[in-house]
Amino acid sequence: MEQKALYDYLLLLGDNSAILGQRLGELCGHGPELETDIALTNVSLDLFGQVRNYFQYAAKVAGEDATEDSIAMLRLEHEYKNSLLVEQPNRDFAYVICRQFLFDTYHQLLLNELVNSKNDQIAAIAKKSIKEVDYHYDISSTWMQRLGDGTEESNKRLQDALDFLWRYSMELFKPTDTEIIMAEMGVGPDLETLRPVYLERVKDIFLKSNVIAKEDAIFQYGGKTGTHTEYLGYILAEFQYMQRAYPNMQW
Amino acid sequence: MDTQQQLDDFQRRIDNGEKIEPKDWMPERYRKQLIRIMSQHAHSEIVGMLPEGNWITRAPSLRRKVALLAKVQDEAGHGLYLYSAAETLGISRDELVEQLLDGTAKYSSIFNYPTLTWADMGAVGWLVDGAAIINQVMLTKTSYGPYARAMVRICKEESFHQRQGYEIMLALANGTEAQKQMAQDALNRFWWPSLMMFGPRDEDSPNTEQSMKWKIKKKTNDELRQQFVDQTVPQADILGLTIPDPDLKWNEERGHYDFGEIDWEEFWNVVKGNGPCNLKRLEDRNAAWDNGAWVREAAVAHAEKQAAKRVSKSA
Amino acid sequence: MNKDWPIWEIFIRSKNGLEHRHAGSLHAADAEMAIQNARDVYTRRQEGVSVWVVESKHITASNPEKSGELFEPAKDKVYRHPTFYDLPDEIKHM
Repeated sequence: MEQKALYDYLLLLGDNSAILGQRLGELCGHGPELETDIALTNVSLDLFGQVRNYFQYAAKVAGEDATEDSIAMLRLEHEYKNSLLVEQPNRDFAYVICRQFLFDTYHQLLLNELVNSKNDQIAAIAKKSIKEVDYHYDISSTWMQRLGDGTEESNKRLQDALDFLWRYSMELFKPTDTEIIMAEMGVGPDLETLRPVYLERVKDIFLKSNVIAKEDAIFQYGGKTGTHTEYLGYILAEFQYMQRAYPNMQW
Repeated sequence: MDTQQQLDDFQRRIDNGEKIEPKDWMPERYRKQLIRIMSQHAHSEIVGMLPEGNWITRAPSLRRKVALLAKVQDEAGHGLYLYSAAETLGISRDELVEQLLDGTAKYSSIFNYPTLTWADMGAVGWLVDGAAIINQVMLTKTSYGPYARAMVRICKEESFHQRQGYEIMLALANGTEAQKQMAQDALNRFWWPSLMMFGPRDEDSPNTEQSMKWKIKKKTNDELRQQFVDQTVPQADILGLTIPDPDLKWNEERGHYDFGEIDWEEFWNVVKGNGPCNLKRLEDRNAAWDNGAWVREAAVAHAEKQAAKRVSKSA
Repeated sequence: MNKDWPIWEIFIRSKNGLEHRHAGSLHAADAEMAIQNARDVYTRRQEGVSVWVVESKHITASNPEKSGELFEPAKDKVYRHPTFYDLPDEIKHM
């Protein structure tokens, strides 16, 4: 029971990084400037590094023939536990930055708690990841302000992106059963307690970026319990392609 | 107008093995030829991101995915170093990019071939990077300082690229029948285009003689091509793959491999824009540039506003 | 408006105790972005512990045509080097 909860928790942690990493991977070679391409690819690389740490551990927990790759690439769509936010598409650079910022702010708060996890493995992964994510936050929060403050067009694009993405932000703080168990065991944080700090931080940056989060937003939930938006199926079609088309082979 | 005296002095410096630095006097043709070569090189790195980027989201394992991401990222970095080096010659990156986007500048034709299977990531790393490294190692000794320094940095970083590709091929060659076929098919499609990467035959390469005289290049296209064949054939043997050239055989007398004739009609077709992916590559680069215009503009606008704020505060 | 990001020169200290050395150039809209870009472009392989960025236009370079008068006069000032001075063999370290 506890092992199952731990396994599911590792999926919750790893899937967010995997799907966001996948989205950023799509951008490589298509960004607005070489320097931004290099920066976003770095973020993607960090995220996939975290995924490997979580899933190598999850493979040990699962036992049998599980590997980091079978866990990453051989589950069905409803078995993925990432939040809806990270699977949203790269509509334009403002969406990319806004999605990143909304996630980074959460990710930073989460990892700051996980470094004190009673699970040593998770604490160690968090300790390594936190430095990476602090930097992700630096990039996305400064770009929020550049786009928000830059030109009329960039401000409008950022506001559009925020209008669209904001509805997916609160899912990050609504605990699933797994997260409640993990909080009780001292493995993970009580997500609800992170929400006020999150709101304070993002709203500070929104203010500096001249954008506003809708007060009357209707928030969307479901990804963490396996009910995704239509986008995930297509992400997985690419992510899983080789493992599905050529099963049981070494690469 | 460059005087004969200046030209002679310049040639003497080159012959003495001196490096030329940005603010030094140089013949206009030297400057132009360097801009052409360096920007082609930079464009090749940038366009080269596309066929490999094509497989990032579909890499078969997490380990392969991070390696490929890191490699494509390096290519962006290398493009950046080369554009920066070219900029020391008094042309801006935006001007150079413009030339790429409107089709007037060339880039390596190899990237106008499609990457159709995962094995192509292996073949590109092994063959295309293998060919590129031969050229780049030579260029670390080129006479223009900024270019030589960029190449030193690039060669250092590229050392993992070819291994990354060869390791992919090795895994396929040791794999199932389907994987072996995939590897052979990739070699079949990338072998000849890789040989074409060294450019036209020496007698058809109008710029070679002058480039050699100015020590921009130190070896001819055909010399480099031969070096590539000689080093690659044994590597194919280890993989158990067959190079698709019936004329390929060791020539004891020359101490080199003899190999068949490149399809020069295909070569010139691709150079002139009629390869399988020329349109798609330029379309993608144009889309990235156009879609990024508002972002670049916003960043400048923000920087200007911030600077203005600092001035008014200090006033 | 000029949309081109200006070019910056990047200097990197590879480890404490060593000086910053020129690593290369890149483009950035402002100093903060230049530092971030420098980190991502020039220190991906642990090449540095500290970065300086300077917009290229702020660097003044000496004129190569004056390199004769600037640098050649130092050539024959051998008395600036320790080997110019003769000491008895008994003095081992000085």
